[in-house]
Amino acid sequence: MDDLVTFFSFSDPNIRYVVFGSILLAASSAIVGCFTLLKKKALVGDAVAHSVLPGVCAAFLFTGTKNISFLICGAFFTGWMSLLLIDYIVAHSKIKKDTAIGLVLSVFFGAGIVLLTFIQQSGNSSQSGLDSFIFGKAAALVGTDLVTFGVIAIILLVIVSVFFKELTLVAFDENFAKSLGFPVKSLDMLLTTLTVLAVVTGITAVGVVLMAAMLITPGAAARYWTDNIRKMVIIAAIFGALSGILGAYISYVAPSMPTGPWMVVTSSFIAVISFFCAPKKGIFAKWVRNNVNKTTMRDENTLKAFYHLGERDEDFELPRSMATLADKQRIGEKQLKKSLISLCSKGLIKETEEKWILTKTGVQDAARIIKLHRLWELYLTNYMHIAPDHVHDDAETIEHIITPEIENELEHLLGYPSDDPHKQKIPRL
Amino acid sequence: MKEDIVDPVLEIHDLTVSYSRKPVLWDIDFSLPKGCIAGIIGPNGAGKSTLIKTIMGVIPSSSGYIKIFDQTLNAVRSRVSYVPQRESVDWDFPASVLDVVLMGRYGKLGLFKNTNKQDKRIALECLEKVGLQDYTKRQISQLSGGQQQRVFLARALAQEADLYLMDEPFAGVDAATEKAIIEILREMANKNKTIIVVHHDLQSVVNYFDWVILINMRLVASGPTQKVFNNKLIQEAYGGKLTLLTEIGNILEERQIPPREK
Amino acid sequence: MIAFWIILTGSLVAISCGLLGSFLILRKMSMIGDAISHAVLPGIVIAFLLSGNREPLSMLLGAGFFGLLSTFIIEYLHQKAKLQTDAAIGVTFTLLFAVGIILISVFTGKVDIDQDCVLYGEIAYVPIDLWILDDGTIMGPRPIYILSTVLVLIVLFITIGYKHLKIGTFDPAFATAIGIPTVLWHYLLMGAVSITTVASFESVGSILVVAFLIGPPATAYLLTDDLKKMLIITCILGVLISFFGYWLAYWLNASIAGCMTVLLGVFFTIVFIFAPNTGILAKKLKSNKNAISI
Ligand SMILES: Nc1ncnc2c1ncn2[C@@H]1O[C@H](COP(=O)(O)OP(=O)(O)OP(=O)(O)O)[C@@H](O)[C@H]1O
Ligand SMILES: [Mg+2]
Repeated sequence: MDDLVTFFSFSDPNIRYVVFGSILLAASSAIVGCFTLLKKKALVGDAVAHSVLPGVCAAFLFTGTKNISFLICGAFFTGWMSLLLIDYIVAHSKIKKDTAIGLVLSVFFGAGIVLLTFIQQSGNSSQSGLDSFIFGKAAALVGTDLVTFGVIAIILLVIVSVFFKELTLVAFDENFAKSLGFPVKSLDMLLTTLTVLAVVTGITAVGVVLMAAMLITPGAAARYWTDNIRKMVIIAAIFGALSGILGAYISYVAPSMPTGPWMVVTSSFIAVISFFCAPKKGIFAKWVRNNVNKTTMRDENTLKAFYHLGERDEDFELPRSMATLADKQRIGEKQLKKSLISLCSKGLIKETEEKWILTKTGVQDAARIIKLHRLWELYLTNYMHIAPDHVHDDAETIEHIITPEIENELEHLLGYPSDDPHKQKIPRL
Repeated sequence: MKEDIVDPVLEIHDLTVSYSRKPVLWDIDFSLPKGCIAGIIGPNGAGKSTLIKTIMGVIPSSSGYIKIFDQTLNAVRSRVSYVPQRESVDWDFPASVLDVVLMGRYGKLGLFKNTNKQDKRIALECLEKVGLQDYTKRQISQLSGGQQQRVFLARALAQEADLYLMDEPFAGVDAATEKAIIEILREMANKNKTIIVVHHDLQSVVNYFDWVILINMRLVASGPTQKVFNNKLIQEAYGGKLTLLTEIGNILEERQIPPREK
Repeated sequence: MIAFWIILTGSLVAISCGLLGSFLILRKMSMIGDAISHAVLPGIVIAFLLSGNREPLSMLLGAGFFGLLSTFIIEYLHQKAKLQTDAAIGVTFTLLFAVGIILISVFTGKVDIDQDCVLYGEIAYVPIDLWILDDGTIMGPRPIYILSTVLVLIVLFITIGYKHLKIGTFDPAFATAIGIPTVLWHYLLMGAVSITTVASFESVGSILVVAFLIGPPATAYLLTDDLKKMLIITCILGVLISFFGYWLAYWLNASIAGCMTVLLGVFFTIVFIFAPNTGILAKKLKSNKNAISI
């Protein structure tokens, strides 16, 4: 508990650095990642992340110092080159994009490792810091580095907000953007540059391999909460920031814990929650919807059973026993009972002495479903040339989903018919 | 408009096919007699390829059933041949023309047997039939679109099947080749083989096909060409989608409801 | 002798990876290979923790399980959660790799695996990782035995499945239509990639595994139009790269895995530029000639 208070009061400057650094890095990568994700180029970030290594090492070898600005320049250069190379290989050979990405990624990284061994042999004492580029070390962020990264992150944010509309358009539909006269090539270049910048800043926190997660995961998670790209970018930034704070917190509480991997794990955790629990698009939401669909269909079918019995006896308000109703349906006794209780609670039927009877609204509702069923059957025979003896099964489903608008359209199309293909009356409401 | 047939080669009963719950084919129901060349006709996105793929078991159906030679597909696979749309594969694949045609023999071979002289002879014969005998060693990416189409045709011929399903075999083929191919198909039909062809050119339908299946999300008509290939029915097939079907399909997709209650 | 063992190790890995990688790149699944090679990390750590040493069988099982698990997760996210494939790959392998790194830091004392070794392996230590029988006979480096076994399995797998893998790669719809169980072959291939990755991982690290999965096949792909030849060229390239890569590293006194990867890049670049017919130089010349003749 003490940890929690100390941590979130941010009184310790070291904590402040690490926390703000992590938030800034995670949020800016998440924002850029949204666009690469929408462009179906998610893994490009992975390639850039691996490709900055030789640049960093070369910059270090040339300058001999661990000056962060030089290292960033080197990283920027090779990162950018790797993207151009990928595009070049794809454009000028039969090699496909995924292969080009994998190839460039491994070769650049291999070159980086070779350079790294040179550095290690040169015995330069300050080389230890370079490791953080490979494996990430958010906890090692110090004040001056933070300023540099902060500046880059802010530049990134400004560029994204200035070119938001253009980037969106290019991400969604390049050809359309071209037809509108947008400089698609330059915008592509801009996105490439932004990606490289995001990687260069983020990589010190999480390292080469996990950098891809910083770009992809928050955006992928945000995608489940909204279809609006503005909201998606904001949500992704929040998710990114959240994972940044949590990662920093965990490694503060347990100092042996690496910050970067924990940022990735928390961010993945948020993503998994999104995949499952997001409203509408989440897996649970779909599952719940499925169950709701099933119960509605079951209840509506029970109503129909009442109606059919009513038609037979020419009286819709006779009480019916469970056994009679079960005869008219294909569901088990348990389900039928549940269905009756649910209909009862909606006021569509009421119970009298172990028997059930349709209420006034119940009759109305039942008649509507029957009407939709018969309208659809008529539509299938008239407009789709399906034999009358083949239409029933189809209508059994469709009757449950026809909206009032489609109902009107159907009636209008069919000329307000009175009979279905089997010469049964279509109820008038 | 639908013909009833005794002893059909292919019988499709109330077939509904959906992509992520949204039906693209609704209650398709028809049969096909033996030894005919049938054209599947309909506008883009009508579901022609989908129909063929479903018959071949490449995509599952949501409801309904299909019988081939009065049996299920699995029982008669070796008697059915399939020509996919040309764009469905990557022609940069490292294989020669002969390699691809030999693939037509794989279905008969099982896991451990390899193609032998006999298979190779058949493959070469088929290549000759489609006029590609001089291209056997050519890498497939170095063929024109029409030649690639003919490679696929040769591969199908090499299957020596009784029922052929072809997805746009005439796409990108020049007039002379088209004639040659239709001759081959005629010859096969005379030997009592049945051929189903997805076709786009309405002008040539009457000359090519003795049976026509008009579809556009639903079956518009199926029957002998002179009976069903008339302006009224063509209008109906090409006169746009039924908006109601699309609307209902969208609701089914949105609410993830299977088109048939289980 | 040291050189021999290292080059042999490199070659064994290169051939196994290259054979499988050829099919991966033709199926446009290169990045799945990349993902698997990272995702096996937690499996290795857990197997290490459970068995308490580097016993190869449990490592293979543990990592093989995680390799396959990652392909299932990717497919699940893609199909059930409707996440685009590249994002599904990215989310999955980074998560598993992060979990692996965390496990390593939690059990630092108990697990004799460090992060460096994960990425660039310790091929230099292969010759001293000896297999010694109870009576003291030295049988040679242990990884050689493991990798040879894997290679034999992979070669068997490719030879038996050649026809089905080929047709399932070129035209999956047609393959399904003629009754070939394409889904089964897909998972067999993924399983084979996992096993190879794991067996190679320890000696060469994930980066060289990815490089060998993608590099030699991509180079061979530019050189030939025949799948069988592509497989053979891939194997030859793998051996050449291991051989020259080792000597380059020896000469530069640099990381062996790094040098092999760089050399691979050099080979690819040469082929990319100078390959007859497909190289950019050949294309340039051709278009110039055309321009002149017009
Ligand atoms: N894999 C898929 N996922 C979702 N929808 C699909 C898929 N494949 C096809 N569709 C949709 O199904 C419908 C029918 O497609 P299909 O390819 O069968 O049409 P087609 O009649 O063959 O058209 P064409 O003449 O252009 O070849 C189209 O609306 C298409 O958008
Ligand atoms: Mg089609």
